[in-house]
Amino acid sequence: MSSLTARQNQSGFSLPEYLTCLNGIVWREALRFLHQRERFVSALVRPLVWLFIFAAGFRQVLGISIIPPYETYIPYEVYIAPGLMAMIQLFNGMQSSLSMVYDREMGNMRTLLVSPLPRWYLLFCKLLAGTAVSLLQVYAFLLIAWFWDIAPPPIGYLTVLPGLILSGLMLGALGMLISSGIKQLENFAGVMNFVIFPMFFASSALYPLWRVQEGSPMLYYVCLFNPFTHAVELIRFALYGQINWLSLAVVASCTAAFMIGAIYAYDPSRGLIRRGPAGGEA
Amino acid sequence: MWRRYLLAGTALWLAAATPASAFIAYVSNEKGNTVSVIDTDKWAVTNTIKVGQRPRGIEFTRDGKFVMVAVGDDDTIQVIDARTQQVVDTLPSGPDPELFTQDAQGKLLYVANENDNTVTIIDLEKRARLGDIQVGVEPEGMAISPDGKILINTSETTNMAHFIDTTTHQIVANVLVDARPRFAEFKRDGSELWVSSEIGGTVSIIDPAKHAVTGKVTFEIPGLRREAIQPVGIGMTKDGKTAFVALGPANRIAVVDAASHKVTKYLLVGQRVWHMAFTPDEKYLLVTNGVSNDVSVIDVPAQKVIKTIQVGELPWGITMVPQ
Repeated sequence: MSSLTARQNQSGFSLPEYLTCLNGIVWREALRFLHQRERFVSALVRPLVWLFIFAAGFRQVLGISIIPPYETYIPYEVYIAPGLMAMIQLFNGMQSSLSMVYDREMGNMRTLLVSPLPRWYLLFCKLLAGTAVSLLQVYAFLLIAWFWDIAPPPIGYLTVLPGLILSGLMLGALGMLISSGIKQLENFAGVMNFVIFPMFFASSALYPLWRVQEGSPMLYYVCLFNPFTHAVELIRFALYGQINWLSLAVVASCTAAFMIGAIYAYDPSRGLIRRGPAGGEA
Repeated sequence: MWRRYLLAGTALWLAAATPASAFIAYVSNEKGNTVSVIDTDKWAVTNTIKVGQRPRGIEFTRDGKFVMVAVGDDDTIQVIDARTQQVVDTLPSGPDPELFTQDAQGKLLYVANENDNTVTIIDLEKRARLGDIQVGVEPEGMAISPDGKILINTSETTNMAHFIDTTTHQIVANVLVDARPRFAEFKRDGSELWVSSEIGGTVSIIDPAKHAVTGKVTFEIPGLRREAIQPVGIGMTKDGKTAFVALGPANRIAVVDAASHKVTKYLLVGQRVWHMAFTPDEKYLLVTNGVSNDVSVIDVPAQKVIKTIQVGELPWGITMVPQ
């Protein structure tokens, strides 16, 4: 350890040391995910219920209009698929935030945070691990959706990957930022009510924005300024091999902002973490 | 790039010479009084030709040099030169021509005159009217048997498919089908005649030898009322294995297994899908969507709609260069 500290003082950590840390965090997250089969199943069932039940009822309701990136008329299931992919990532992001709160209550977080590597790097690794898990879930969803005739162009499965990584990072960083403010596990219901539902419903996930604008111009602006809308649109365009530059810019900036916010919040000298050892003020 | 430049001048010739390359489709816009020209390489409208009032039935001449379009409210058929893409001539039809068909040699044209209850025979070389055949009320669908011996006309109000002998010009049989027969199409081997009934919501399969309905294709789309399913245009692949049926306000094309007469798939297209045409290589099928003013492109082997192209007002008929 002394040699480590000495080297740290000279030139920081070496790449293998960074990778060891990344490996450790990702591996733990992967193990946790694999051991929680119910979580994987529920992460899949949720969007599938929306796809099979909700979308089936709305098939004939949605007005007919071709909007980019689509080049022809599409059934409603095809429209909501990118929204459901983003929903998987939204829930996953919030679930990671839940696990952060759990770790803090159980004391596991201390083990993580006493690592000599920089705090931002630890949080970033945690974020990457969460995103990787969400990618698995999304691709599993896409596989099932393929049998439901939701078949984007084959290249789309590849081009959507960067979009998914970025939106996964954004939603994970948001979850992390929120987790810094939640002191007890029981408060997680509040996150559901005040974050997940409004973000999901006030977005372009379920209805195209032009349709929202027809119904309520005010809601349209709420949707437009909702970062989740842009995560959905980024995924939607990427799935068809295209880039929605506005959404890319919004998602990238939001990712940076949430990440900085989370690093700040988890800073022992300033953030909320210093308030108490486990469970904050509780 | 060189191919695109060549296309500008010799589109048709090129289309016939290299089937994998671009083709030109002509779409009649019933309300816009225009014909839209679509390049299947770019999947875009490259020209809009002003034609007479209410253009509907549209077809290439057998030699691929001209496009004929029935302009109902002008009581005539206009001829577009496919090279210059300009109207160069007219053909003497009866009043309100709607759909027409030609014999295998491309010498005779048979025109259904909707308001006159007649089918007019036109000599295409002389561009002269040879005579009329009296048929049922509101004649529309026209087809000719592969051996050229029998001409079919369907009359919308009489609900019949009339079998006309092409040598004697006499009706030899009438087959009753479901309400408002719109379109008739023979299988390439002549074994079956398919007639779509718009109001009846079915496609009748007729045995041309026995003059009898031997089967029916029925359609059912979950969530759609029966009345919304109105079969109109029919397209059949050359191998006779697959048929595509346009279902009008159901906004769908039904893919039908031509052997079992069962629908295998419904493809979502634009509003009030009406008629269709294959590219000569049968890779794509283009369908006209009247109310949404566009043409949808179906990838035939994949049975998927890949694109929708905006055209003129109320697109009705469509034709592609024959091979």
